[in-house]
Amino acid sequence: MDGWVSNMANMISGASSPLYHSRRRKNVITMLLAYFATGFGLIWLGLILGVLFYQGFSGLSLRVFTEMTPPPGASGGLLNPIMGSLVMTFLAVLIGTPLGILAGTYLAEYGRFEKLSTIVRFINDILLSAPSIVIGLFVYEIMVATMGHFSGWAGAVALSVIVIPVVVRTTEDMLTLVPDTLREAAASIGLPRSLMIRKVAYRAARAGMITGVLLAIARISGETAPLLFTALNNQFWSSNMNAPVASLPVVIFQFALSPYKDWQELAWTGALIITLAVLTLSIVARFLGAQSKKS
Amino acid sequence: MSTVNFTIPVVTHAASSASDLSEKVTVKNLDFYYGDHRALKNINVSLYHGKVTAFIGPSGCGKSTLLRVLNRMYDLYPNQRATGTVRLDNDDILEPSQDLNLLRAKVGMVFQKPTPFPMTIYENIAFGIRLYENLPKPELDNRVQQALQRAALWNEVKDKLDANGLSLSGGQQQRLCIARTVAVRPEVILFDEPCSALDPISTAKIEELIDELKEDYTIAIVTHNMQQAARVSDFTAFMYLGELVEYGDTTRMFTTPSDRRTQDYITGRFG
Repeated sequence: MDGWVSNMANMISGASSPLYHSRRRKNVITMLLAYFATGFGLIWLGLILGVLFYQGFSGLSLRVFTEMTPPPGASGGLLNPIMGSLVMTFLAVLIGTPLGILAGTYLAEYGRFEKLSTIVRFINDILLSAPSIVIGLFVYEIMVATMGHFSGWAGAVALSVIVIPVVVRTTEDMLTLVPDTLREAAASIGLPRSLMIRKVAYRAARAGMITGVLLAIARISGETAPLLFTALNNQFWSSNMNAPVASLPVVIFQFALSPYKDWQELAWTGALIITLAVLTLSIVARFLGAQSKKS
Repeated sequence: MSTVNFTIPVVTHAASSASDLSEKVTVKNLDFYYGDHRALKNINVSLYHGKVTAFIGPSGCGKSTLLRVLNRMYDLYPNQRATGTVRLDNDDILEPSQDLNLLRAKVGMVFQKPTPFPMTIYENIAFGIRLYENLPKPELDNRVQQALQRAALWNEVKDKLDANGLSLSGGQQQRLCIARTVAVRPEVILFDEPCSALDPISTAKIEELIDELKEDYTIAIVTHNMQQAARVSDFTAFMYLGELVEYGDTTRMFTTPSDRRTQDYITGRFG
């Protein structure tokens, strides 16, 4: 049926012309290139995930979640780095999200037509793509060096500096997607701007804004460089945020580079845990994103 | 030339029924600028209580712009300004000291595309009421019901007030928006092409509604549909290239327009 229709179309538009054929050839070539590029990317992703699952699952046991990191040769788990990562990530989100949402709200609502917004947006984009090691060094200078020691607080601050630009960007983007007609409708019943933003715009953009925060969490949960300079690492359980704190990425870094077999195995398991956590977050973010498009 | 054209009908009209007309909104020497572009040129027009005034004209002639001056919606955007006077009763709403939120509570607006808030049907209505009145729950319920009844939507939604406003059909959403506007008890309602996104049946319902609402309000409607203007309005204003070409009683405007341009537009020769 389709073929018949297109044959008709061919006849009508004089599609046997050389111009038409060359366009079709170009189309086929471009499509093949696109398939090839996609396949090439997917192969590496598949290999990485395959090796990770193969190596990581064998070490996965309850022990990993209940015991501290062991000295070489002994058995142990990843409880202290898991807790450290969770606490620092939580604090980073706690610091970064409100700042990011407020700044994003300024850019999309109050400062929409201001020159300042263009500058803020530009700087935010730079921060967004700044190498995380630079952020680690920065926080090292302002916190670790002045306090005289590494600490969990410094780690959380370094991570929050990564969270802020991500949240600023997604908040602004999501608020910009809220149609102006909705803003006008809110204004048309005499709604002050602050209420319009809180009750109408945030509500319309909620799913997207949450997605932004989730993506920020996914982004920081694998960061190693900023933590190396700030929270450093800790072999033992520590609930003192004013002292060095272990984290999964740094422990993976340390264990994977060690010559000890059981440390290397734990590093694989830790990598698997981070990957699964990020995967879950991404799936939830995807789901929320799809929801927000529907409404 | 053009001054003569649009003063005559006003005079004839005033002579015929001056006694029962009370001016609610009076626009005098209004100019409007988008940056340097002069989008409205010396507009003079009145809206009367209990009457519907339709604004017709080709796209880009300034109808919507004029409507957006009447509740100062243009203030949301930079580089837009109006000069002249626009009186609502005895206040000049163009004064910088004008409280915009209070003004917009008095001059409601219904938009081209239905714009329900992303919340429940009940909340869509109650939200605006709560802004200005602190009512106990039963009374608020009552006001929500009244507003929905006024917008001829109550029977369709009374069993699902907790459903999201966005779950309604386009025509229902538009009536929800009308209910929302009515709920804050405005004095003037501006309709900006309220039916252009709706099917004929929903359109008929909205038109019927406008006819019922005009008893209590001053209504202005911008429309591209000339039959609609003829059906719902008492007065019609024809605008062209930012000017108000002709203004007067709807029947007369559609039967014996005095300006060539009005006649050409109404008979479909351009626009």
